[in-house]
Order: sequence, then structure tokens, then C-alpha cells
Amino acid sequence: MSAAAGHTPSPSSGPATGATPDTAPGATPDTAPGPAADTGPTLAHHLATAEVLVCCGSGGVGKTTSAAALGLEACRLGRRAVVVTIDPAKRLADALGVPGGLGNDPVQLQVPGDGQLWAPMLDTATTFDGLVRANAADAEQAERILANGFYRNVAGSLSGTQEYMAAERLHALHNDPRFDLVIVDTPPTRNALDFLDAPGTIAKFIDHPLFKLLMMPTRRGMKVLNLAAQPLLRTIGRVVGGDVLADAVAFFQAFAGMETGFRRRADEVTALLSSDVTRFVLVASPRADTIEEACYFASRLAASRLEVGAVVVNRCTPTFGPPPARRPRAAARAALYDNLLELRTNAGVEREQAAALLQATGVPAGTHTTWVPTLPGDVHTLDALATIRGLLFD
Amino acid sequence: MLVVELDGKPTLGRLLPGVAVQQLSASAALAEYLDTHGLSRVTRRLASRGIIDVVATASPGIDDIVVLGKIKQLERSGLYDLVVVDGPAAGHAITFLLAAKSLLSSVRGGPIHTQATDVAEMLADPTRCQVVLVTLPEATPVNEAVETAYALEERVGVHLAPVVVNAVDSGPGLPADEAPEGSPMRLAAEFRNARRAVHETECIRLGDELALPQLVLPIVAGSQLTAESIDALADEWAPR
Repeated sequence: MSAAAGHTPSPSSGPATGATPDTAPGATPDTAPGPAADTGPTLAHHLATAEVLVCCGSGGVGKTTSAAALGLEACRLGRRAVVVTIDPAKRLADALGVPGGLGNDPVQLQVPGDGQLWAPMLDTATTFDGLVRANAADAEQAERILANGFYRNVAGSLSGTQEYMAAERLHALHNDPRFDLVIVDTPPTRNALDFLDAPGTIAKFIDHPLFKLLMMPTRRGMKVLNLAAQPLLRTIGRVVGGDVLADAVAFFQAFAGMETGFRRRADEVTALLSSDVTRFVLVASPRADTIEEACYFASRLAASRLEVGAVVVNRCTPTFGPPPARRPRAAARAALYDNLLELRTNAGVEREQAAALLQATGVPAGTHTTWVPTLPGDVHTLDALATIRGLLFD
Repeated sequence: MLVVELDGKPTLGRLLPGVAVQQLSASAALAEYLDTHGLSRVTRRLASRGIIDVVATASPGIDDIVVLGKIKQLERSGLYDLVVVDGPAAGHAITFLLAAKSLLSSVRGGPIHTQATDVAEMLADPTRCQVVLVTLPEATPVNEAVETAYALEERVGVHLAPVVVNAVDSGPGLPADEAPEGSPMRLAAEFRNARRAVHETECIRLGDELALPQLVLPIVAGSQLTAESIDALADEWAPR
């Protein structure tokens, strides 16, 4: 299998010098920091001081597992932590070994430590309904919106809403007195960016001239039809279909008066995400595509004047110490020797390439990086998570 | 054949020399859609006033439908025998592919309705469109693949092609106890055997829970996929 990669380590180029340390026997975590690492605050520091920790990265890098392991450590540190997943799939329930799955209300998990660990699952429609009810002037306005066909589509199944509701949920959990730390497991990168953009999107939307145009009629009895008859809206109606527009206009009119509450909320969420109580942890695996995604995310954070707090590289090939001086003659032992050497070579190549990529593609120099080896077994029980926690922090 | 990448960083062009690769982004697809519907004059006006943003926000799913519509147009162009789309990740794949049905129930007329109808037809016709689920031989990805498969069949009504199990480490068991307990050779062999056992178990479980043929791709060492490693993978493509 090593033939497929077509790479050889180049011992002269710096970053990989720590790549194949002769660790003590055992699948010892190779957590020796890369050369670019270590001057920045550690993961442990962020975990002890942050109020919101956002884990981001592409799919399949163990991001959910990392978020859950951070939750375990937080509990051990005596913090009252809640880990929320905004991934539409039920990864967190799996990772936490919660057999019945998670509900919209946080449930407390039985884990060791002086603190607490809670976990909810994001239910977009329920969260949106709650937001509408909380901001409506009266029950009648809330019901009018909740019954609107356009609203049901927005809240139920269409994309974009999920990210906004996730940001809303994050804010609500941050303000919930039961918790002093919110750990967020974001969806894979592209959507996670939507999640950061979501509050801004809503604010921009509410401030938009079109929305103001729709909101302009202050006299009671002004008909939706009058609005829809405007040339601009007719044009849009031609594009998206008149019905969407009529439903949308009805929705916005029902929404009238609530935009102040929504905008204040969106502003608060934006402020929370950009304040220094919020830290961002990039999660990657030693694969070029996942690191590129992580770095893309780093540059998006930088564009929003946010910084990467720490990097976690999961699923690294573990090292097991040096091979014997020469290859054994006996076939059985030779196979063991070859296997040890293969893993060792793979680990070295992987680490060198990953470290170089992290440096080359925009994660700020000095950002603390933790290298976590692949576990022999699958991580889907609390015990396995506890092992990951140990690899990250001990 | 044509490979389509959705928004994001273009990477497949580098990995697939000699294969036509096209990028599709929602905003470009929407602009093109408006142009081809004779709205080119107002497109600019709508764009300059930020109205397209609002349309997309006011009518979420419209961006998905224009992308799917564009894919349908490529499929119908007669230029390609096969169009391969690198789609969104599991949870979002369902929302993405449901956009046609969602819009069909919320939009009752106009070009978007027509577009959604055409896309829904393509998705429902197994001779035109099938979904290849890609997963890893581990518990969580397998659970997710099974859930996604059922959601796609039941909610989207799209036909499922064989499922791809990626990065599988397979091979004969290593005689770990030939080396002293705790020695590097022993530990490395135990690790390797354990990983292979997990992969084997999860492939079997996937087969039990999802009655689809499996295509297994072996794991590739190193951080960087290259055109050569893609070639090698294509050669090793093995039905299970």
C-alpha cells in the first residue's frame, strides 16, 4: 500500500524532524509539537478560560470526537460544559455513546469530574419556532407566522436556516445559567462558514432596502397585492414564481415589528462570536485536503478578524519505537518488522507533509498544534472518548 | 465524461489530468439561469441592488435548485456519457437533493417550478441519475451512511448505486505473538490487526444494514493524494 502514495520523506526539510521520535513502547501519543507550534496558548488553556469553543474542520477528521473529548476534559476541570452539534447528522450521539440519540433539550451525561457535561442536538424547526414565539408581540402574531407556508419551508427543510439557528442556539446556551462553557461541533467547513456568516446574513437581510420596502406600509389594511404589484417585485416574481413571493411577502408582513428583536439577537450573536471569550479550534487529519480546508477556514476567520486558537490533527499514524537493527530472517517475524517499518515510514511522511502544509497555507505561526494518533479500535463509546481526552491533554 | 465540483476550492482538476472538470457555484448558476430566461437586462440591476442575495435568502433552496438544474442541463447536453458530481457531505446532501421536492411544494408556478419539476424527474429516474454514497469503515461513518441511504431513498426517491467504502486497510492477520510482549514489533502488529479487524467488522455491518453492493478502496499512505495515487486507486477498485 505504501507504493500507492509515491512519496518519500525528505529528511533535509525541517518540519519533520520530530516526526518519527523513538517513543516509549506502546501506542504512545506523539504529541511532541511541530516546529511551528507551542508558542501560542495551548488547548488546555483555551479550555480553561473560554466560554465558547468552536471546533471547525472538514468532514471525517474526528471533529465531533474532539468536541466530545474537550467536553470530558472540561468536566474534569470542574466546568459546567455543554457540547452542541450543529451537524445535521447524529454524530454527537454516536460519539458520546448515547443510545437513544439526543434531543433538543440538553441531557446530562454521566462522566467523571467535578463539573458537568451536557449535550443537546440542534432541532432547527423547534429553535426557530421558539425564537418566533419569544419575539412575537402576541400569540396571534406568532401563530400567523408559524402557520405560513413559506415559514414552514424555511424552518423545516431548506438550507441556510440551520446555520442561523445554530448561531441562535449557541447564544441561548451561552446565556443559560446552567452552563459556563459551550463547545460547538460545527458542520463540515463550507457550512460552518455559513454558521459564522448567519447572524450577519440575517442582519443584512433585515437592513436590506427590499425588506424595508416590504415593511414600509404602516397603515393597517395595506394589501399584500399592492406590494406584489410593484414593478421590482413583479420582476422577482417572474424569476422565483409569484407564489413564493406572495408567501414570502405575507411572511415578512407577519414578521413586522419582530425585526428589531431579531436584529438585536443577530448583533449579540455576532458580538459573542467575535469576543475573546470565543475560541476557534481547527481540527484536521494528516490529509492534504482536510488541512487545506482547515487553512481555508483559518483565512476566513482572519478575514473576520478572528483567530485560530489551536489546531488538532487527528488520526495520525502512531509510532511504536525503533525497529530492530536488522530484518529478521524468519518469515513471521519479518512480516512484523515490515509492518513496524511501514507504519513508521507512513507516520514520518504524514507528519512532515502535514506540518509543512499547516505552515504553508495560513495557520498563523506559533499556533499550538496537538497531534493525536489513531486508536486501535473505533471511537464510539465513552471509554474510547476518555482515551482520546487523555491523548489530547495528559 | 465530465466531473463536476460544487463550490469550494478546486482540487479535482489537479488530481484528474485529462479529465474534463467543471466548477459549479450557486451564484454563477443563478446568474446564468436568469440570463437564459431572458432576464439578462434585469439580472445586472437585480445584482447591483443586492436583490439576488435577498431572493436567495427569501427563498432558500433556490441556489440548490439552480445548481441541480445546471447539472441536469449538462446531463441533457448530449456531450457526456457520464457526469460525476462531487456532492455535499451527508447531512447536507439530503437538503441539497430535497430542494426540488421542497420547492415543488412551496412554488406553484413559474420557471423555478419548471426547473424543480425537471430536476425531480432526473433524480427519480435511475437510468439518468444514481447516488454513490461514500463512507469509511468505522462506526460513525457507517451509521451515517445507513441513515443517509434510507433518507435518500424514502425522502428524495433517488436510486442508490453501490456504496464506496474508502481507505480500507485489509490484509492477512499479523502473527503478533511472534515478537516479545511490549516490543515495538508486537505493538505495531497488534495495532495493525486491531485496525483491520475494525474495518472488516464495519464492512460486514454495513452490508448487513444496507443491502447495497460495496466497492472497496484501499487506504493510501501519506498526506497528499496525487494523480498517480488516484490512478492506482482506480486500478484497485474492487467489488466486494
